[in-house]
Amino acid sequence: MEKTKPKAVENQAEPVISILGLHKSFGKLDVLKGIDLTVYKGENVAVLGKSGSGKSVLIKIIVGLLKPDLGSLTVLEKKVEKLTGKELDELRLRIGFSFQGSALYDSMSVFQNLAFPLTMNVKHLDKQKVKEAVEEALEAVGLKDKAEQMPAELSGGQRKRIGIARALILKPEIMLYDEPTAGLDPITSAEINELINEVQEKYNTSSIIITHDLTCAKNTCDRIVMLVEGKFLPSGKFDELFHTDNQQVKDFFSYNFIQ
Amino acid sequence: MIKDHTKKAVISERIDEYFLGVYGAYKFVLRFFKEVFVPPYHFRAIITQSYEIGIKSLALISVTGFIIGIVFTKQSRTSLEDFGAASWLPNLVGIAIIRALGPVLTALICAGKVGSSIGAELSSMKVTEQIEAMEVSAINPFKYLVVTRIVAATIMVPLLAMYCVFIGLIGSYINVHAAETTSFTVFFKDAFSSITFIDLFAATAKATVYGFTIGIIGCYKGFNATKGTHGVGKAANEAVVLAMFLVFLEEVIIVQVSNWVRNY
Repeated sequence: MEKTKPKAVENQAEPVISILGLHKSFGKLDVLKGIDLTVYKGENVAVLGKSGSGKSVLIKIIVGLLKPDLGSLTVLEKKVEKLTGKELDELRLRIGFSFQGSALYDSMSVFQNLAFPLTMNVKHLDKQKVKEAVEEALEAVGLKDKAEQMPAELSGGQRKRIGIARALILKPEIMLYDEPTAGLDPITSAEINELINEVQEKYNTSSIIITHDLTCAKNTCDRIVMLVEGKFLPSGKFDELFHTDNQQVKDFFSYNFIQ
Repeated sequence: MIKDHTKKAVISERIDEYFLGVYGAYKFVLRFFKEVFVPPYHFRAIITQSYEIGIKSLALISVTGFIIGIVFTKQSRTSLEDFGAASWLPNLVGIAIIRALGPVLTALICAGKVGSSIGAELSSMKVTEQIEAMEVSAINPFKYLVVTRIVAATIMVPLLAMYCVFIGLIGSYINVHAAETTSFTVFFKDAFSSITFIDLFAATAKATVYGFTIGIIGCYKGFNATKGTHGVGKAANEAVVLAMFLVFLEEVIIVQVSNWVRNY
């Protein structure tokens, strides 16, 4: 079902992520060529683009895994480029990151995977509180009975859900999803899309969803931006982009639907 | 990271890469010493890694040490008997096992078993983004994964080396006892008769250096693995080869230094 409530725009909410003139290159390969993006509180924004267009690089810069070459990045009122190691860690605690391959720790059970960020970051937390927090996160993703299983015993969709649960354990204000439906069948993809919407409603998060799956973008996002050759094309709601005259957007949309 | 193929090499690509690798390793070692003394200390992870490195290597060390003790004694007997010096066998075996064989053998076994396992584990964590997942959870992966493994290897390898020496001497004793019915007390008294404090200190010190080397090389190769499954195999392989090479190099240096101290 298409998402119909662009709450952030309706509420004139404050920006949680502001990107201005962001550049990133690897050697002589320019990946991001001066992009601007603002994400408002409570808003879900999809970043569409071809593989290798720099979508994942963008969210890795937002969370401080990569440093931009040029430009300004403000996340939750913090200038990311000016943060020290400790300040960056404090900011990271307010951001949840769901990896494309889930990135679950293979040597730990599902319970340990979820408890790990909590026990490492919150001092003097008793076992009962950790257990309650893990159970709450598992319940939010509908996998309460999988706590004792190892990541290798889970299906692709379940791994994605556990990855999202782990990102939610510290109750983040921003969620960054890297290809949440990549490699999943249509039914599991639909379940993940539903989960993304539930997460936003329950935790009141703002999200950036990196995807090339139009169904995911349509069903989860208030606004869609397209990254083409290192720059964003004008953004809009799904329907606006669907009926745009821009040839690059049209090509991307038509190819997806043909697929 | 995407490799810049357009960048021109200063000397040649391979030589440049070699020196960049050496510089990278130097920075890695420096980072270890910067972080090892700064809290938080992950004691539980160090204990877990010590168990993985130490206890899980015991069986292999036991079998290898025992066999080396027996074989070395058996092979040395013929030569000593030719000179009518078979009674010197425990003495010879003691010097050989305590000064050289015990620590080096342990280091080589650990370079193969522990070095490859650290290299493979960290590199697979790297290529599956598990290390980045730690970073975004505000957990320092270097401290949690690297420092703990290096500390555990530095502690456990000397302990394993001592154990290997003991097991090697037991193997040797069984062989000597079978041939000459020498008592346990006499054998060990003879075996340690030429061993000085410097020998024991040098053996422990070099086993500690080997442990540190194995840990740091395994972690360096794993932590800096390139993407893909090929990178995992390469990291594990390079960790073993480089650690073994460095163990031999360190053995030569430490033997020279300890001989110099002994003769001083």
